[in-house]
Amino acid sequence: MNKKILFEAMRTLVAIGVALLLAFIIIFTVSEDPGYALQRFLLGPLSSLRNFGNVLEMAIPLVFTGLAISVMFTAKQFNLGAEGGFFIGAVGATALALSFELPPIIMPIVAILCGGIAGGLGNAIPALLKSKLDASELVSSLMMNYILFWLGIFIINNYFRDAQAGAMASHRLPEQVKLIRVLEGTRVHFGIFIALLMVILVYLFLYRSRWGYALRMVGLNIRFAEYSGINTKSVVLYSQIIGGIIAGMGGAVELLGMYTRFTWFQLPGYGWDGIIVAIMARNNPLLIPVFAFFLGYLRIGADLMSRVTDVPSEVVAIIQGIMIMLVTAERLLAGWRHRMIVKEKMQNQPIDEGGVQNG
Amino acid sequence: MDEILSMKGITKVYPNGIVANKEVDFSVQKGEIHAIMGENGAGKSTLMKILFGMEQPEEGEIHYKGKKVTLNSPSVAIDYGIGMVHQHFMLVPSLTVAENMVLGIEPKRNNVFFDFDKAVRMVEEVSKTYNLDIDPNAVVLDLAVGKKQKIEILKALLRGAEILILDEPTAVLTPQETKELFEELINLKNKGLTIIFISHKLKEIKQITDRLTILRNGRSMGVYDTKDISEQEISRLMVGRDVILTVNKTDAIPGDTVLKIEDLSFYDKGNKPVVKDLSFRLRKGEILGIAGVEGNGQGELVEMITGLKKASKGKIFINDQEATKLSVKNIRNLKTSHIPEDRMVYGVAAEGTIGENLISDRYDYPVYNTGLIQRVKDLVQKSNELIDDYSIKCDGHTQQVNMLSGGNIQKVVVAREFSSDPELIIADQPTRGIDVGSTEFIRNKLVELRDEGTAILLVSADLNEVMELSDSLMVMYEGEMAAYFEDASKVDEMELGMYMLGLKKMEVKEMGGALGE
Ligand SMILES: Nc1ncnc2c1ncn2[C@@H]1O[C@H](COP(=O)(O)OP(=O)(O)O)[C@@H](O)[C@H]1O
Ligand SMILES: [Mg+2]
Repeated sequence: MNKKILFEAMRTLVAIGVALLLAFIIIFTVSEDPGYALQRFLLGPLSSLRNFGNVLEMAIPLVFTGLAISVMFTAKQFNLGAEGGFFIGAVGATALALSFELPPIIMPIVAILCGGIAGGLGNAIPALLKSKLDASELVSSLMMNYILFWLGIFIINNYFRDAQAGAMASHRLPEQVKLIRVLEGTRVHFGIFIALLMVILVYLFLYRSRWGYALRMVGLNIRFAEYSGINTKSVVLYSQIIGGIIAGMGGAVELLGMYTRFTWFQLPGYGWDGIIVAIMARNNPLLIPVFAFFLGYLRIGADLMSRVTDVPSEVVAIIQGIMIMLVTAERLLAGWRHRMIVKEKMQNQPIDEGGVQNG
Repeated sequence: MDEILSMKGITKVYPNGIVANKEVDFSVQKGEIHAIMGENGAGKSTLMKILFGMEQPEEGEIHYKGKKVTLNSPSVAIDYGIGMVHQHFMLVPSLTVAENMVLGIEPKRNNVFFDFDKAVRMVEEVSKTYNLDIDPNAVVLDLAVGKKQKIEILKALLRGAEILILDEPTAVLTPQETKELFEELINLKNKGLTIIFISHKLKEIKQITDRLTILRNGRSMGVYDTKDISEQEISRLMVGRDVILTVNKTDAIPGDTVLKIEDLSFYDKGNKPVVKDLSFRLRKGEILGIAGVEGNGQGELVEMITGLKKASKGKIFINDQEATKLSVKNIRNLKTSHIPEDRMVYGVAAEGTIGENLISDRYDYPVYNTGLIQRVKDLVQKSNELIDDYSIKCDGHTQQVNMLSGGNIQKVVVAREFSSDPELIIADQPTRGIDVGSTEFIRNKLVELRDEGTAILLVSADLNEVMELSDSLMVMYEGEMAAYFEDASKVDEMELGMYMLGLKKMEVKEMGGALGE
């Protein structure tokens, strides 16, 4: 088991290394002053508290969508609806915040739950289609992203739009619903603690509850799960709904922590990034914050670099693509691993009795 | 006689770390029938897959007709004249015999169109040359197992095989079919073919082979002339000790009916009956064996009883409760356990840990949960207990199941299924493809459970196994009960074969015993 973890860690490091190396090559070829560009890229996020705060701010929504995707992928449900769930979650929170008045502390909690419910309902549709009609959740969740987007726009435009505001935007969110700032000099908000709480909750759910166990077994071998008496249809259903809830909560937290009004008139993209985070973390909830931070760091670094140098921030897109390809490339380092296994096996062979002990 | 082929110092390590072959030397002489013997998991198939180019060894050399060769794919091996008939046939069921035989080497008309007539002629030609009778126009789907095997052999011969590897060819055959196969093999040998014959059945080996190589735990235990070595010596070399695969078993003392099947039928997607109006009962403290060539409805019967498939017609009662439409979970709650036919598909989550696999039927029991949280410590303790009780050879409960040998994987399944105080066990091929030690263990455990009052339905393609273990025995042929024997110990193997092949069928009134009439 440990060897497997070591091997997976090696593979991730190699992937990151190769991707960064490629990024350096690109920077060296396109930049007039590659040294400075590189410095901004690698160290920029650490150069000021504000920049570092930006990394953390970006990591918060990524933790939510990363967790959402990892729950669904653990069950081998390839639902890509975290994007729509995140968006509709923010809409749900806006709707609550602008419709009811609740006391402070209670209000953000209710708003986040409301966002979660919205996200969960959104994902319930592909989930139901899969468990009842065996429709591919991949296709229907992709479609659902657009449906939820337009539904959200419709709701905001028709019920919560502030006609006075210049651009399309909702009314101002009441103060008592907003999440407080937790780091002086940055916009890092209380959502960071909610995100870490979710990491622990998701971990406990997956590895310490009977529903999590059933979910994991369905992911490992659905026929085995069925044979064991696990209700696989319900797992298919609740894994996706829970994914939707987490994504929706993420949308709500992002809105309440970072914005004064609902102003998104395109999909924010955190759902897609969540897929990258989940893949890098091998769906392990405890690793999700690590890779959310990592991705945030790359993004902010590239952004800082592009602001003061001639290297475009799109470099990050290339890095991401390469990392994902290498991490998911099953055969990467497989030869190395095989040699490791062979070597180990050859050493501790009992020679007597002709006995190669299998198992 | 001269050596046509030799393998030297072959070592093969699979990606999961299992050392399947370790410094194995092996050679065959032209025109002999050479047996590779060894219990399940000894590495016989692996060695032959290396010879056929399907697996690459970590170390070792292969010499063919005096030259060193590299066999890195089956097509290379075929070009050299090596042919292999696998344990599982590789035929396309919907095509005809001729079409299957020329797959990949299709004769063409005008270099474009498939020339069916020529294909038929090619088949007729080899079948005549080697005296192996087959109808080129028959559809493979409709053929019996013995015939399918014949096609596989002919397929290899058509491709110019000089060395023919047969991987456990008799495992799937009835006694009659085995006899026929042996005559054909001797005939092929007389025509100059070299045959490598894998088996772990001692009697067969003594019958037809000239020499034999014994493998144990991936190593060669030497080469012997068949006539110079006794069955007992062979078995000692194979297993490392004397094995008596007979189970010590007293007469059954059957109690009340636990499982009752009434007019049960199952229709496949094409509305073809796969199980037809089957009725029987199984009592407490009794082992009822079901013999039959695979694919005669046994699998569907098991799946209906265990809730994985829904019956098309008829009723199932477990302890007087109707279970026909119950879910798998509810049937398990009626104290039913199930050893599935294919352990890797149903029996385990291969990528899960041993611990996770041992608790899949009880993870949600109240004793293992406090509120929302699982009592992980108790589950781990239970897993460790089971690993000890069933002597599962492993590095601990966190080891991944696919790192274990076949026998130990089956022990994981059995440990889970036997440890839930079952009143009814459906055991489908419980010892298929596993080593002698695990086989003995599982068979004894089944008898032990029977003695404690468990009702056991045993489905097995292994005639020895059903005859040894069963108290009563029925034969299934084309979804129907073809025979029922109240006392399994009085059944003759050849007679059983006749029922299995559909050459004989009992009258309904002769089988009344199945219903306790
Ligand atoms: N593809 C594979 N991957 C990993 N292990 C394997 C594979 N095939 C066989 N093994 C393991 O190698 C050992 C030898 O298997 P095999 O050659 O099939 O034995 P035999 O044919 O003598 O029963 C067994 O322990 C088996 O579980
Ligand atoms: Mg084999």
